[in-house]
Amino acid sequence: MNQQEPLWEVFIRSKQGLEHKHAGSLHAADAEMAIENARDVYTRRMEGVSIWVVESKYIHATNPDDSESLFDPANDKVYRHPTFYNLPDELKYM
Amino acid sequence: MDINYKNDLLGYTLLLADSSLIMGHRLSEWTGHGPMLEQDIAISNIALDLVGQARNFYQYATQISSSTSEKEITEDDLAYLRDANEFKNLLITELPNGDWAKTIGKVLFFSTWQFYLYQKLIYAPDKQIAAIAEKSLKEVTYHVKWSSEWVIRLGDGTQESKMRIEKAISELWPYTGEMFVPAAFESSLQNTFSIDFTSIKEDWNSKIKRVLEEATIEFPSEKIWMHQGGKVGKHTEHLGFILAEMQFMQRAYPGLEW
Repeated sequence: MNQQEPLWEVFIRSKQGLEHKHAGSLHAADAEMAIENARDVYTRRMEGVSIWVVESKYIHATNPDDSESLFDPANDKVYRHPTFYNLPDELKYM
Repeated sequence: MDINYKNDLLGYTLLLADSSLIMGHRLSEWTGHGPMLEQDIAISNIALDLVGQARNFYQYATQISSSTSEKEITEDDLAYLRDANEFKNLLITELPNGDWAKTIGKVLFFSTWQFYLYQKLIYAPDKQIAAIAEKSLKEVTYHVKWSSEWVIRLGDGTQESKMRIEKAISELWPYTGEMFVPAAFESSLQNTFSIDFTSIKEDWNSKIKRVLEEATIEFPSEKIWMHQGGKVGKHTEHLGFILAEMQFMQRAYPGLEW
């Protein structure tokens, strides 16, 4: 059965105001079933308030072989981080 | 509370409790055997919802019962120490799961009944019944949605899935009539609780009609002969086997706790 059913990636928002985060993947015949499966598999312990699903084949990813040229150049550019500001304690999720 | 009313209320609470427990126990048999991991979890979740509803009703039943008799009873006594002829669950809940299509058909018929019934019960003058119905309604709404979509998927799917769901619907159909025929305790409560059996039946029929239509399955005749007896303790041969398995531990080791 699984071989005929496409794979879906599941994204869960754990609470209002936060972003959706990748939770995992699952098999489902259509989008509706994917959302229901995601609800049953990933939110049964109150992990979420909103679910996104997308068929895995629509995700385009970087090639690990390219990571040197893509990500290494950022290594020595510390001035791009906002670490020179003092943030108030009340500010969370920055 | 008048004694007759109490007995009727106890009977009614047990009808709701037993139906949920037996349905939940049956569905839990799928755990580890679902057609795929995701559906295995889905049906186990539904089974757990139903056992949870049963517990709420049993706990209330012990309160009603302790106010009429001197003997204290617990929810475990009700679930694990009564015999088949004391169970009031609907017959459809005790039928074997069969294949996936049959189980799905059972969930659709049963959950749709719960859905329209609980929608009435949330207005019941009995605050406890109303509260349990309101809490359960959220779960049941999902069970109806989940099973409707599966019936549509199977009916409008492949030749084999259609054949299987059609067979399931026609086999289960004679067990649906019982839902709308009030037992004596229901008739006496009917006015206090203002449960209109005719209107629940109409709502149930039109919902099922819509689902079957979308699933391209013919709506079965309402005129055929219907089984009944569950509400008054007359069960199919299947209930005894369920109880034997479900009650074994409590009967072999009385008072056993996790």
